[in-house]
Amino acid sequence: MNLKKVLSITAVAAMAAAMVPSAVFAEDAETFKVGVIGPMTGDYAQYGTNVYNAAVIAAEEVNANGGFNGYNVEILPAGDDQGDPEKAVNAFNDLLDNGMQMLCGTVTSGSCIAVGAEAAESTFLFTPSATAVDSISAGSNEFRMCFTDPMQGTKSAQYISENKLATKVAVLYDSMADYNSGVHDAFVEACGEYGLEVVADEAYTTDNNTDYSVQLNKIAESGAELLFLPNYYSDNALILQQAADIKLDITIFGVDGMDGILDVENFDKSLAEGVMLLTPFSATSEDEGTVKFVTAYNEAHNGETPNQFAADAYDVIFAMQAAAEIAGITPDMSNEDISAAMSEALVQVELKGITGDSTWTEDGECDKAPKAFVIKDGVYVDAN
Amino acid sequence: MSFISYLKDGISLGSIYAIIALGYTMVYGIAKMLNFAHGDVIMVGAFVILTAITKAGLSPLLSVLIAIIFCTLLGITIESVAYRPLRKASSNLAVLITAIGVSYLLQNLALLIFGADAKSFVTVIDVPAVTLFDGKLVIKGITIVTIVACIVIMTCLTLFVKKTKPGRAMQAVSADRDAAQLMGVNVNATISLTFAIGSGLAAIAGLLLCSAYPSLTAYTGAMPGIKAFVAAVFGGIGSIPGAMIGGILLGVIEIMGKAYISSQVADAIVFAVLIIVLLVKPTGLFGKNIQEKV
Repeated sequence: MNLKKVLSITAVAAMAAAMVPSAVFAEDAETFKVGVIGPMTGDYAQYGTNVYNAAVIAAEEVNANGGFNGYNVEILPAGDDQGDPEKAVNAFNDLLDNGMQMLCGTVTSGSCIAVGAEAAESTFLFTPSATAVDSISAGSNEFRMCFTDPMQGTKSAQYISENKLATKVAVLYDSMADYNSGVHDAFVEACGEYGLEVVADEAYTTDNNTDYSVQLNKIAESGAELLFLPNYYSDNALILQQAADIKLDITIFGVDGMDGILDVENFDKSLAEGVMLLTPFSATSEDEGTVKFVTAYNEAHNGETPNQFAADAYDVIFAMQAAAEIAGITPDMSNEDISAAMSEALVQVELKGITGDSTWTEDGECDKAPKAFVIKDGVYVDAN
Repeated sequence: MSFISYLKDGISLGSIYAIIALGYTMVYGIAKMLNFAHGDVIMVGAFVILTAITKAGLSPLLSVLIAIIFCTLLGITIESVAYRPLRKASSNLAVLITAIGVSYLLQNLALLIFGADAKSFVTVIDVPAVTLFDGKLVIKGITIVTIVACIVIMTCLTLFVKKTKPGRAMQAVSADRDAAQLMGVNVNATISLTFAIGSGLAAIAGLLLCSAYPSLTAYTGAMPGIKAFVAAVFGGIGSIPGAMIGGILLGVIEIMGKAYISSQVADAIVFAVLIIVLLVKPTGLFGKNIQEKV
């Protein structure tokens, strides 16, 4: 072996040694990787895709504005769980393999309960939209942007009572789904407190969600003045249709799951005329932050309008930015350290978000005032 | 009054089950296989109608015709690609499992093409509602159309099977496939024809299902398909009038169960009916008693 050859091998080896790790480090040390898990396909795809798109838009704005504590944020390719807890856990593990350091998700409650158990005290979990109480109860490093199911139910009863919308109310809900029954239970309980009489408490199941004739007939006979629908918009669209068929002409009141009903393809928007909903976000609001977000979303996605879930996800990324600043985290820290520092920092954050002025409790719950909207001529109008 | 109103709702729901069950029973009666993809062919039919009307701007009548032709061709294709190669397989289970596979294939293709969002179905059938007893009982136009369609289709199918040559070939294949073949009946062509008719009916069922419950997703056909299967077994699978009576009875049972027992166990009641029927009268209400020679 001559000297020249030895030298060249050494040089190549040295170069390789110098190049490979530095390439890896460059990526790892300079960006935070945030994962999103939600239904990107399946029945609730509208929620997942909205959350993912909004997170990407927020990350771009955050990066243009100092990033997370001076480091850029990268939103990893979306983890699709189709709203199924088992698939959500798989997506969570895949994202961890791809270097995820913080989670913006999951979008739906059932999945979030499952992923929450995996992420507890290890990976910072911040759900934009999982409303079931237990979604974030597994660890002290789990936070929420939206209201919980009980909070939505309670605030709805309070709103109906304070604004004298009705004294006799009816409920129709999916008793098989966490979200629907969670809101329902709290609503019915709160009705007692606020002096509302529940004259018809009707249920259906996820597998039997096309024919509501029996339930609606009973509601019509009960003399209710208002029908509370704590369901997702796809079921509500059919319920509104069938309520119109039997000429049930009472106030319809929904919560954030109702959001999206105007975007159902070919849906007769006149059926939703006068429907009220309690939700912290409206795309038609003239608030400066909202207009900026809606415009950015419109431009990025063929004029599509973002829904409540998108707004929550947008705020999640900005809340993360605020917390990252306080926590002083860097991308080379372990998930456990980031998680602990972020959890401590987030309770000090006061975010002026597009879903309202938000603060967080030690339990991870978000505190903000709800807004009520009424659908007039096919758009949301402030109800007050 | 509410009882009559529930009865009306039951018949309205049942007539939808009945029309789907006709397709199930037709295929089972002749090809002796459970086509679990039938419900999904219904969904495909509904999507074809919706797309033809909203995207291509065709008239409702033309759209329905296109959907019938499309589903007929789809049925023939599914039969020749997925089921025919397995007909000689040692176990009937092979075809059954393939049918479940086809069902998932159709659902996922629809998801891929049309996306996951629920779409509202457009009004295709515009028949005014009938009001009885001073407005206390309103019968929707679509209910009347569905029941009439059911009776017409049932009658036509019965006449076709009994009176025409291809119909008699179907009976022969149903009675004894091998013997029929020896007598010069083209078994493959006969079974293809059965699938063609069954799938064409699925397009009509899709139209009626989505007109009654105007929400369309890739999974729209799944649950009604299973319920219609129960209806077909209830009425006696293989029997054409049985499918119709079974469907209507099942709809009435489901609605009455919701109204007088609990809306949350309505499905449990439906499936309990299936179990009871199978225990008491395994061949269903109108099923033939076949004595096995030992």
